[in-house]
Amino acid sequence: MKPSRSAFLSWIYDPKIRGIIAQVVTLVVLGLLVGWLAHNAVTNLAARGIASGFDFLNDPAGFGILQTLIPYTESDTYARVFVIGLLNTLLVSALGIVAATILGFIMGVARLSKNALVSALATVYIETFRNIPPLLQIFFWYFAVLQAMPSPRQSLGWFDAVFLNIRGLYLPRPIPTEAVTAFVVAVVLAFALWWVIARWAKRRQDETGQPFPVFWTGLGLVVLLPYLASLVFGSPFTWELPQLRGFNFVGGWVMIPELVALWVALSIYTSAFIAEIVRAGILAVPHGQTEAAMALGLTPQQRLRLVILPQAMRVIIPPLTSQYLNLTKNSSLAAAIGYPDLVGLFAGTVLNQTGQAIETIAMAMAVYLTISIMISLFMNWYNKRMALVER
Amino acid sequence: MTHETASSLQPPKVIFSPIGWMREHLFSSVWNSILTLITLYILWLLVPPVIEWAFLKASWVGTSRDDCTPGGACWVFIAQRWSQFMYGFYPEALRWRVDLAGILAVLWGGPLLFQRFPWKKLFGFSFLIGYPLIAWWLLYGGDLFGMTTVPTDQWGGLMLTLVIAAVGIAGAMPLGILFALGRRSELPVIKAVSIAFIEFWRGVPLISVLFMSSVMLPLFLPEGMNFDKLVRALIAVVLFQAAYIAEVVRGGLQAIPKGQYEAAQALGLNYWQMMGLIILPQALKLVIPGIVNTFIALFKDTSLVIIIGLSDFFMIIHRATVDPAWLGFATEGYVFAAAVYWIFCFGMSRYSIALEKRLNTDHRR
Repeated sequence: MKPSRSAFLSWIYDPKIRGIIAQVVTLVVLGLLVGWLAHNAVTNLAARGIASGFDFLNDPAGFGILQTLIPYTESDTYARVFVIGLLNTLLVSALGIVAATILGFIMGVARLSKNALVSALATVYIETFRNIPPLLQIFFWYFAVLQAMPSPRQSLGWFDAVFLNIRGLYLPRPIPTEAVTAFVVAVVLAFALWWVIARWAKRRQDETGQPFPVFWTGLGLVVLLPYLASLVFGSPFTWELPQLRGFNFVGGWVMIPELVALWVALSIYTSAFIAEIVRAGILAVPHGQTEAAMALGLTPQQRLRLVILPQAMRVIIPPLTSQYLNLTKNSSLAAAIGYPDLVGLFAGTVLNQTGQAIETIAMAMAVYLTISIMISLFMNWYNKRMALVER
Repeated sequence: MTHETASSLQPPKVIFSPIGWMREHLFSSVWNSILTLITLYILWLLVPPVIEWAFLKASWVGTSRDDCTPGGACWVFIAQRWSQFMYGFYPEALRWRVDLAGILAVLWGGPLLFQRFPWKKLFGFSFLIGYPLIAWWLLYGGDLFGMTTVPTDQWGGLMLTLVIAAVGIAGAMPLGILFALGRRSELPVIKAVSIAFIEFWRGVPLISVLFMSSVMLPLFLPEGMNFDKLVRALIAVVLFQAAYIAEVVRGGLQAIPKGQYEAAQALGLNYWQMMGLIILPQALKLVIPGIVNTFIALFKDTSLVIIIGLSDFFMIIHRATVDPAWLGFATEGYVFAAAVYWIFCFGMSRYSIALEKRLNTDHRR
């Protein structure tokens, strides 16, 4: 081959030029695709007479909502419906995250138990619930359990305070009295003292090596101070109990069955995954660490608190946060049983009423994207903070 | 902190009798014994009623709800609706086509799961290329070679669930690998596009994606061009799962030592040869558990297609439980559905563990 010809064609083989060509082609194809889709959308919207833009948010919604955390009437705007949906999503996610964490840690530790029966039971729990679709679990709790509950007159009751029937779960509601200010001040003060004592104890231990039972002192303060406050100023709350009047209960807190079903199902489903994460985290701490802690003469509690747990948490927290994110995203399954969450309410009802599919779905997706970006920012910050400092 | 010297431990007692085992594993300390007793109490509360309901008092044969004894499970309901649960509303006379597609999948693709199968290459390639075409021809027909068309709105039941899962897996895998490579690419535009794609799909719930595919997709297509409802759901599932696969594969790509890339380049391989021959075979092997986990998630997620009105396995069962002729047997229906999903998911996770052990060829102890 003549050198001149190969030099002429050689630019095809230059990785840099190839890279630039590939990127330009990608950009052009992507641009054409987006343009084509946008063009279609504009023509279709015009042909169907659907308005675009976010003006619809100021229109009255005109439909009732099963559960609203802020005051709402049918004449309120779609913007308010959006906020209500968002709050309902956050409510069920927060409840679910708390319950799933507690259940998950219990099951994860139980699976590692030396007691063969306990660990077998935990294994069965984990393997059962993580292999059944969450939607099925939600339907089971909603249709097979809660819809089969008795009517209010025959409701299941515990201590005349908690009632469960087909209309939902009724709980006593605390109503603050005048003494509540003193109570809150006492709680805040107790935690502040705890913090001060913890700092003092750490400094003393660093200087003299003398340990101080910070946890028990703190716990004592948190229990004792509010108790004293309520003794002196009177009870901070009166409890409003749900009571049967005619065919239904009045008073108290009501958890609608949709919320209960969603909460129970999501908590159990996610707890099975959290249990596995906890187990893996604890197993990830090498046995040498336990032995070294024993050789230093640490008691079993100190071993767990000072050596094992901090190292296990480093492994546990990243997947744990992604499970929280999963739970939040799974809460959108609410749409299937009619719990008024963001997707069911906004991407469902509002979309059907206004026909503005692009705007409503974009808004619902934007919320989830914001949450997930916030969580991944937190993760990056956490990983940086927790990264092993190596020599 | 303790300051005393620990006393020497007794040599461990090696006891192989059942009583010895129980002493060590159930009653080794006071706390352990209490825990055992509590657990036994919980089991005693739970297990006997469940066994009584599901087996002892259950009714197995019959034709209507009158054949069921109260207090026990009514499996007659499942037996009577069995064919609907499996095939949905697929025309009865043509159900052999679904059976044939299933048998073909097992005989053609099944052997690939075994390590010692000799004609793996032959079966693998022909299966990957030939089976989707034949399955499409058998299930849909399309009036080709004398097969009458069965429109997808008649598909349903377990068959539809398996179709969605299989297409989702087959479509998400190559797309996910491409985006994983894109995210690791040194070309800024390609990297940015891949990151945006992956993070977008991973950040939103599948339900909203399905909503989007059913109400937004028609708006973005030109007048007159419209996809079948099932195809729209499949597009949504594939795009959604591809993002998850991409993140799993990226984990594998990151775990491959740099020396492997440098060695491949030193041999004069170009980018695609390097990835296809050196990097991906190692990376994919590393992430098999992650991929299988994604597939398990996908299989469970197929139940969400009810949101856009497809009658998958779970939806068919749910509809049957609200049928007036069989009202009040929701628990039986859900338990059956749960058992079927469980068998698939648990089976996949066990297979992945076995595969992981088999492929673990490195010299780690």
